[in-house]
Amino acid sequence: MTAHTLSVLVENKPGVLAHVAGLFSRRAFNISSLSVGPTADPRVSRMTIVVDGASTPVDQVHKQLEKLIRVLKVVELEQDAAVERELALIKVTVRPDLRADLLDVAAAFSATVVDLSADTLVLEAVASPGKLDTLLARLEQHGTCELVRTGLIAIGRGSETITDDMPGHQPMAAVAG
Amino acid sequence: MQVTGAQALVRSLESLGVDVVFGLPGGAILPAYDPLRSSTIQHILVRHEQGAGHAAEGYAWATGRVGVCIVTSGPGATNLVTALADAYMDSVPMVAITGQVSTAMIGTDAFQESDTTGITAPVTKHNELVTSPERIPAAIAEAFHIATTGRPGPVLVDLPKDVLQAEFTWSWPPVLDLPGYRIPGEPDQEMIAEAARMLHRASRPVLYVGGGVIKSGSHEALMELAEITQAPVTTTLMARGAFPDTHPLALGMPGMHGTFAAVAALQEADLVVALGARFDDRVTGRLADFASKAKVVHADIDPAEIGKNRSPDVAIVGDLAATLPRLTEAVRDLVADAGPTDTAAWVEQTAGWKRSYPLRYTQASDGPLKPQHVVERLSALTGGDAIIVAGVGQHQMHVAQHFAFTKPRSWINSGGLGTMGFAVPAAMGAQVGRPNDLVVAIDGDGCFQMTAQELATCALLGLPVKFLIFNNGFLGMVRQWQELFYEERYSEVHLGTEIPDYVKLAEAYGCVGLRCEQASDVDAVLEKALAVTDVPTVVDFRTHDAEGVFPMVPAGHANDDIVLGPEFTAAEQQAAARKEVIA
Ligand SMILES: Cc1ncc(C[n+]2csc(CCOP(=O)(O)OP(=O)(O)O)c2C)c(N)n1
Ligand SMILES: [Mg+2]
Repeated sequence: MTAHTLSVLVENKPGVLAHVAGLFSRRAFNISSLSVGPTADPRVSRMTIVVDGASTPVDQVHKQLEKLIRVLKVVELEQDAAVERELALIKVTVRPDLRADLLDVAAAFSATVVDLSADTLVLEAVASPGKLDTLLARLEQHGTCELVRTGLIAIGRGSETITDDMPGHQPMAAVAG
Repeated sequence: MQVTGAQALVRSLESLGVDVVFGLPGGAILPAYDPLRSSTIQHILVRHEQGAGHAAEGYAWATGRVGVCIVTSGPGATNLVTALADAYMDSVPMVAITGQVSTAMIGTDAFQESDTTGITAPVTKHNELVTSPERIPAAIAEAFHIATTGRPGPVLVDLPKDVLQAEFTWSWPPVLDLPGYRIPGEPDQEMIAEAARMLHRASRPVLYVGGGVIKSGSHEALMELAEITQAPVTTTLMARGAFPDTHPLALGMPGMHGTFAAVAALQEADLVVALGARFDDRVTGRLADFASKAKVVHADIDPAEIGKNRSPDVAIVGDLAATLPRLTEAVRDLVADAGPTDTAAWVEQTAGWKRSYPLRYTQASDGPLKPQHVVERLSALTGGDAIIVAGVGQHQMHVAQHFAFTKPRSWINSGGLGTMGFAVPAAMGAQVGRPNDLVVAIDGDGCFQMTAQELATCALLGLPVKFLIFNNGFLGMVRQWQELFYEERYSEVHLGTEIPDYVKLAEAYGCVGLRCEQASDVDAVLEKALAVTDVPTVVDFRTHDAEGVFPMVPAGHANDDIVLGPEFTAAEQQAAARKEVIA
């Protein structure tokens, strides 16, 4: 899969997520993850969308998103020019004979134990999606019994920001009566 | 001044210059109907909400202004969905007002609740559920702004009952708050210059004209471009009338049922200039084989259309009203510096194709009545001076092919969605918008029965629309596909010609009802219909049931596989496959 990461600033208004999600189903765009959260400006939310470039024309995704009235800006983040992270919570079975190995693996991936029961523990891991996949593969032999991932979030490296050169969240001119 | 949300809605519509709305009331929208009584706005009471939607579309097609419809929540809104989808596909400027259950009830499965913004999101340019009365003036003004600017389209405003009832302090004009709405700016002059150079150099150019030319009001600019470049012009189903069919450079319609000349010219072109067209599959046939020898210039107001289906060599994003005159100017400069374009041989070749493989049918004097004959007689008797509205099917293609369109906004149909039932209400809307023009709907017997109830609306308004039913007793277009692609295994396409009796139906609805069964009566019946000025007229034309629409490019095939049909000999078909000129 050739993953493309789109950062999308949207107006923080009801129905926006439905419009974006609806666009993906209507145009048969395949997305592998979508995450949404607030930004420093309470009027604006930020979505990070990962598109499978092999099955979906990324340029079309970009342009169709820009056509949505509530979408303020769409930026494609190039992998090496961006920091990409994902958080996972992983519930793993603890077998007494493999306990040491499990903790070694967690340590190697800087994953922390955030919950413990008699025979399971929950790991919290923050990493790039690739590294997270490696961790999950490694945990497979211990028996992963439950997994939740946030989906990717990403931010451009360097001093530029996504809101540079934005049209600005200024109201447009009044209509003539 | 204190007003209710409902009063604000009506005042907003008045302030935006709305003079007519098509609608049907119900519980949730009731508050809006009270101030509407004393408004300057004419409300036209339809018999089905789909009719309100298509009428608004017909009004918009005919006038270039926004069509407005107003319906209640739940079933009123869901009945409107087809018309919204139709308007979205054909980029028709339309504003739909829907009632909604009170905000406190939303989400409770309240009586006549539906998730209208959810249902209509994929078929509108934008929609909004308004949750406070103060928001109404801006929401309505924004809806009109969005519907009419950039690539036009339908916008829906969903108004809960309590929002319509609540009071607030009126103020106008509102401030539009659309920070994410982008309207393409000026077209790129570099791209225009490059397109002009390509047009000046091309030896086999074709102007592939879509509905955008009509929407942007650029038909005159198109004429100038065609004349300076001497490039043949093909007008899509959405663009019939953008360029006069009577002009020597006119090739007619391209695509699945296009003329041979238009289809062949695109296939053989060395340059295709797409103007407000979107490389629809019904035009391109198998995409990989479409105009494969041609470089492509694509000018469109919607950046997302660029490269969606065909990657252009030069893209010009912007309003054609700006692009076309500048492109013409740029070509004119090149002509002044380096001499005229050299397309004479190409124009002669396309003219040869027109002569060799015309649209052909045979009307025997004692044989079955051919739909093409009726269209040609209508075209002749009106001199093209009419607004023609069509349904969807064989009759639609026969009109698009055989009527000689000479003016923009003289052709109205459902292009992208292909909505049976479009014609009757759309013709009503067109007549309301252009009361002094002749409006003629040509409808299939299948289509007509889907929205015939609006005859009542037309009759009560005294609209003199002519409804010409091409009664072939079949879902003819589907029958044609079963004939050609399912070895004549006809399945559920027979309607019969006798039920309903369209003459009696017309009379029951307060319309004039006429019938025409043979070719020799066509002129007299048409003249009789055209003479009626105070009520609608319905004519039951008993057209040939086995008539096909040709030429035809079978679905999924390359346009080079165009089939001329039974009116041509095998030798002619073979010559056509070699694209030879034989006449
Ligand atoms: C609402 C709707 N349902 C089904 C179709 C599929 N369809 C396309 S053409 C056609 C036949 C139309 O029959 P009629 O109105 O009699 O026109 P004809 O082709 O006979 O001229 C059908 C069923 C459609 N386009 N729209
Ligand atoms: Mg029929």
